Amino acid sequence: MMQPKLHVTLLTGRTIEQGVGKEYGKSSPQYQEACSMVYMDVGDMQKLGVKNGTNVLVTTPNGAVVLKAVKYPRGATPGLIYIPYGPWANSIVSNVTTSIGMPSFKGTPAEVEAAPGQSVLSVKELLKKEFGR
Amino acid sequence: VSVINAVTCPICGCLCDDIEVTVVENEVVKVKNGCAVCEAKYLGYKSEHRIRQPLIRKDDKFVAVPMKEAIHKAAEILANANYPILYGWSSTNCEAQRVGVELAEEVGGVLDNTAVVCHGPSLMGTQEVGIPTSTLGQIRHRADVIIYWGCDPWSAHPRHLERYTSFTEGRFEDSEWKSYLNKVKAAAGKKKLLSAQRVAPKQQRAAVADSLVFNKPPEILQKEGRKLIVIDVRKSMTAEMADYFLKVEPNKDYELMQAIRAMVKDEELDVDQVAGIPVEYLKEVVDALVNCKFGVIFFGMGLTQSAGKFRNIEVAISLTRDLNMRTKFLIMPMRGHFNVSGANIVFAWQSGYSFGVDFSLGYPRYNPGETTSMDILLRGESDAALVIASDPGATFPKRAIQHMVKHPLIVIDPHMNPTAMLGDIVFPSAFVGIEVEGTAYRMDNVPLPLKKVVEPPEGILSDEELLKKILQEVRSIKAQKAQKKAEAA
Repeated sequence: MMQPKLHVTLLTGRTIEQGVGKEYGKSSPQYQEACSMVYMDVGDMQKLGVKNGTNVLVTTPNGAVVLKAVKYPRGATPGLIYIPYGPWANSIVSNVTTSIGMPSFKGTPAEVEAAPGQSVLSVKELLKKEFGR
Repeated sequence: VSVINAVTCPICGCLCDDIEVTVVENEVVKVKNGCAVCEAKYLGYKSEHRIRQPLIRKDDKFVAVPMKEAIHKAAEILANANYPILYGWSSTNCEAQRVGVELAEEVGGVLDNTAVVCHGPSLMGTQEVGIPTSTLGQIRHRADVIIYWGCDPWSAHPRHLERYTSFTEGRFEDSEWKSYLNKVKAAAGKKKLLSAQRVAPKQQRAAVADSLVFNKPPEILQKEGRKLIVIDVRKSMTAEMADYFLKVEPNKDYELMQAIRAMVKDEELDVDQVAGIPVEYLKEVVDALVNCKFGVIFFGMGLTQSAGKFRNIEVAISLTRDLNMRTKFLIMPMRGHFNVSGANIVFAWQSGYSFGVDFSLGYPRYNPGETTSMDILLRGESDAALVIASDPGATFPKRAIQHMVKHPLIVIDPHMNPTAMLGDIVFPSAFVGIEVEGTAYRMDNVPLPLKKVVEPPEGILSDEELLKKILQEVRSIKAQKAQKKAEAA
């Protein structure tokens, strides 16, 4: 059976947990916990058959990354996903700067699907995979 | 035990200067008044993630080396590079930034700060149309309409509301903290009522449900006193606190602002809704803006990073200008890093441009899209990089970093962050605002002194000292080269 896929709009941005994690240190468990996740709408999660806290694969033309899906706690946001700033988000964000230096970090298309068998990479694993270091 | 008062917090653009730090035996043990991020920084700065000595990558592993060797290697890379990028600067003091400009000019590199992925578009928008703004003190005492557009201060600037806007006791405007608490209590009460009414007639339920309809502007918008309006694509934590939250469709901020501009000028709109917001509700919001005494728009990455980018800022400033024909209105970007404003100011004061400054021709040039670090990396043009007081490894798109690591990468940072993990030469530095004093600019461009509360670990230098040493070494390498050339001739 084909895995159901969902077309969504990708947003990246700050969360307070990301802010606290980055100050503890970017190889700390707090930072890993705060940034290797994606906020999703409850309805969207049901459509994909994804439970709160399980893994999903987010794909864009620039790459794919496995993240932990977390239910967006404040109201419905159908068709939107939100990933905190960090190496995970940056492995898939757009690099189109429209000639002004600023890549489109918000409001770009992405696809989400359930990834039950795949695990979320740590910072070190992610850097090794993307940059070979 | 010593308690140090009025410490300036070196994290976000709020630069809260009322932090109280308790120090025991050269270690911070307690932080008062700060937010969660502030506490994490003051209590976590000595963690195991700290870099302890200069490191050089050999056979894909970091090897500790003496400071002198690391400085010589770094200076050699910069002196021999054709087009190096010197990026970061936003989490250090103005004194270090000043040395950075000198170094960039000496090596003919590109000097860029984190504004390029943050409020660079805001600077460009400001260069197009100017900006009506003020200091945060004015806003604290006078603002009665506060708009947060595309930003979530609860998460990114946790004490902004408490120190500068809705929840401050101003001279002419009162704090809305108590009424916010009442609102929270009332909402909890209504929820209880709703669940208790499960058996009640349908109309009753409908009546209660109707009063909870989310998108209709509440009456409070037309009343005296402070009003908080949040405009965002998702219901953020700040939106939860707001008197009114407008949910705009992604990438449609530009047209929403243009619609509001038209309505401020008493134009009629031919559509029922703009960017997902019904025009009849929008009218009530515009009434509230026009009828306020002193309004302010704070904006963030929601505008600068989504479709439109600097055009969004241009039109937001134009909206503010239009509102000033009817009442008093101001606008301010929510600056992220604690001294990114300072980096813009120091660069502009030294070179004429606030970010993306290219010294490769021997004089400063600025052309966003051409001389900005992001574009240079994406085009694959640079042949070395120095990253200081920032973390592009965690903030730049993958392809930009893939080019950055192809060439020598020098990193100066207190912590082992992703950029340092990717670096070729890594220098440890002291924490500015904890172990080093200096000057930083708040988001409203007010300079504030940063305090030194503890001594840095032995042998660890400040950014300023490190840069001065590298600059000196670059100059001596260049002098030797010139001498050799002269002898050969």
